[in-house]
Amino acid sequence: MEIERNIGNFAYPETHTHDAGVGLTEKTIHFISDIKDDPDWVREFRLKAYKTFMSKPMPTHWASKDLEAIVFENIRYYLSGGTQPKRNWEDVPDDVKRTFERLGIPEQERKFLAGVEAQFDSEAVYSNIKKAVGEQGVIFVGSAEGLKNHPEIFRKWFGKVIPIGDNKFSALNSAVFSGGSFIYVPPGVKVKHPLQAYFRINAENFGQFERTLIICDEGSELTYMEGCTAPKFNTATLHSAVVELVALKGAKLQYITVQNWSSNVFNLVTKRGLAHEDAEVKWIDCNIGSRLTMKYPGVIMKGRRARGEVLSIALAGDGQHQDTGAKMIHAADETTSNIISKSISIGQGRATYRGLVQIPKHLKNCKNNTECDALLINSTSRTDTYPAITVRGTGNSVQHEASVSQVSAEQIFYMQQRGLTEAQAMSLSVNGFVNDLVRQFPMEYSVELKRLIELEMEGSVG
Amino acid sequence: MFLSPQMNQLSIHNLRVSIAEQEIIRGLSLDVPKGEIHAIMGPNGSGKSTLAKVLAGHPDYKVTTGEVQMDGENVLELAPDERARKGLFLAFQYPSEIPGVSIANFLRAAVQARLPEGEELEATDYYAKLYEKMDLLEMDRSFTSRSVNEGFSGGEKKRNEILQLAMLDPKYAVLDETDSGLDIDALKVVANGVNSLRSPNLGVLLITHYQRLLDYIIPDHVHVMVQGRIVRSGGKELALELEEKGYESYETVKDEVAEPALA
Repeated sequence: MEIERNIGNFAYPETHTHDAGVGLTEKTIHFISDIKDDPDWVREFRLKAYKTFMSKPMPTHWASKDLEAIVFENIRYYLSGGTQPKRNWEDVPDDVKRTFERLGIPEQERKFLAGVEAQFDSEAVYSNIKKAVGEQGVIFVGSAEGLKNHPEIFRKWFGKVIPIGDNKFSALNSAVFSGGSFIYVPPGVKVKHPLQAYFRINAENFGQFERTLIICDEGSELTYMEGCTAPKFNTATLHSAVVELVALKGAKLQYITVQNWSSNVFNLVTKRGLAHEDAEVKWIDCNIGSRLTMKYPGVIMKGRRARGEVLSIALAGDGQHQDTGAKMIHAADETTSNIISKSISIGQGRATYRGLVQIPKHLKNCKNNTECDALLINSTSRTDTYPAITVRGTGNSVQHEASVSQVSAEQIFYMQQRGLTEAQAMSLSVNGFVNDLVRQFPMEYSVELKRLIELEMEGSVG
Repeated sequence: MFLSPQMNQLSIHNLRVSIAEQEIIRGLSLDVPKGEIHAIMGPNGSGKSTLAKVLAGHPDYKVTTGEVQMDGENVLELAPDERARKGLFLAFQYPSEIPGVSIANFLRAAVQARLPEGEELEATDYYAKLYEKMDLLEMDRSFTSRSVNEGFSGGEKKRNEILQLAMLDPKYAVLDETDSGLDIDALKVVANGVNSLRSPNLGVLLITHYQRLLDYIIPDHVHVMVQGRIVRSGGKELALELEEKGYESYETVKDEVAEPALA
């Protein structure tokens, strides 16, 4: 297989017909609402969120000063060639189609996916679900279509898991959101193959603000996967998504992210799931690339015996900061959460784990397990762990383990002596480090992840 | 000899090596032709292990002068992995652990690295060969799914080194203290493995502190290394003599050799 070193690093000229221009004012909100023909309640939601965004200061408890480099006045908040996604790749404009073909999306769809949505800058250009899956009553559409055609489900949960004012960037997303997926799985339906969304940024000075809402009704099961890339520009690009998951009684919902952003992207994403009685929400989160990622997927375990899980891998190369972690809010008896976080810092790369686990006093028989492992490749890299675990009451248990290890020069020499190049040796070490975690991923994604790690290591060796 | 380099030997000529300004190897010359087993014996601190690492290209050591040629090609300019792919193998005294990487995957990557660009290793052929070599070394099949050297006993580590030697078909193999940490049964298994690999296409440099290993792997030549130089060479009977008399008789030689370095 031919491997390109910067697989996502290409861009076609812009041909957008809808452009909200540079900067953010109330006018921008109306422009977006007009184009999207929003119902009144959505327009009001956006305007309220805009005010919240403007009034909220930049987060200061989030360690990085790099956020100050984001100039909101210089960003373009909406760019699209139309608001209707196509059902057929043939109907997608050539440039856009070529982009996704280079990223291998149509091929993957044929091979192993139950449905695909492909977003190009602000809007989905393609959205399709396999007939058999649609016939089971599964809804898989863009967020705009979801709020218009399925308001009875959409409105009930939209903005409920992550309120507008959760943080400054969730407010920003709520003001200007566009694109993203809406999925509903009816009671008892087990979707065998994953649904996938692919988010592609093509334009410079642009902000992508997709909004995803997934509802798994009682006893249903779903795996959703998202991939992300952008070309490398000299200026900063902003990706600020909001993802809300709802798993009703006994449902199982697995959300997998493999991002491979270029090193100019600020990736500030809010992701949270709500798990009802006996339900399970699992986040598998692989963060590769970007300039700064701040992302802490969370699960609120609202019903008895609900389970929450976050498995995350972060790879911080030169000039990158991966500030990732997990939030586990126990809100019922006998709830269980598990966090396994592995980070790799290379060169000047910096990885931070930030965790929050809460088990209040009145609950019984709740369990949390947290494991954070960091791998350092060469001496200048840095890793930090900030676990905040609050467990009250006597009937609950918590377990926390953390480790830091290093790829030693002797280890690399040993592997080189067996004929592997320095880059191959490093990528094998890194793959070994994440191996026990990757084994829990679906096959297709573990292959993809392994390939991305190889590409990243090739790039980091002289 | 170096004007018309011999195509079928590993040649070390007048090699001098330092680490952190301290000279460890002080003008060492040695030829190991294919098809022969040469043993280097010497007391602790004589520079034996340094020689092994320098041949493999360890970045910590600085070659100040001298040459190392493999089949007539200067290898000192090559990166460690290039030397390895050209057919030089080092069985480490202290092999590194590679957590999370199974022996099967590690060896597969190493074998794959020797194939021409674009050629994919045939999995069934690979496993057939792997299992054949494991049987030879009396290794359990489950061994290959364990992470490389992680939690291995001393004997398991050494057996794993010999398994890799058997799988990678090198032209020249340097075995650094392969006998250390082995009980007599493990020693026999490892020795049987090495003996089974004896062929006209393989030259072996066996580095050892004790004569014990040479009861099981019979060398063609034995060299005594003291203070960074070969001070005496002979046949296999030299090993027995060393066993009997120890290295003490070379103490005077050692002092003589040491003098110029101090001056």
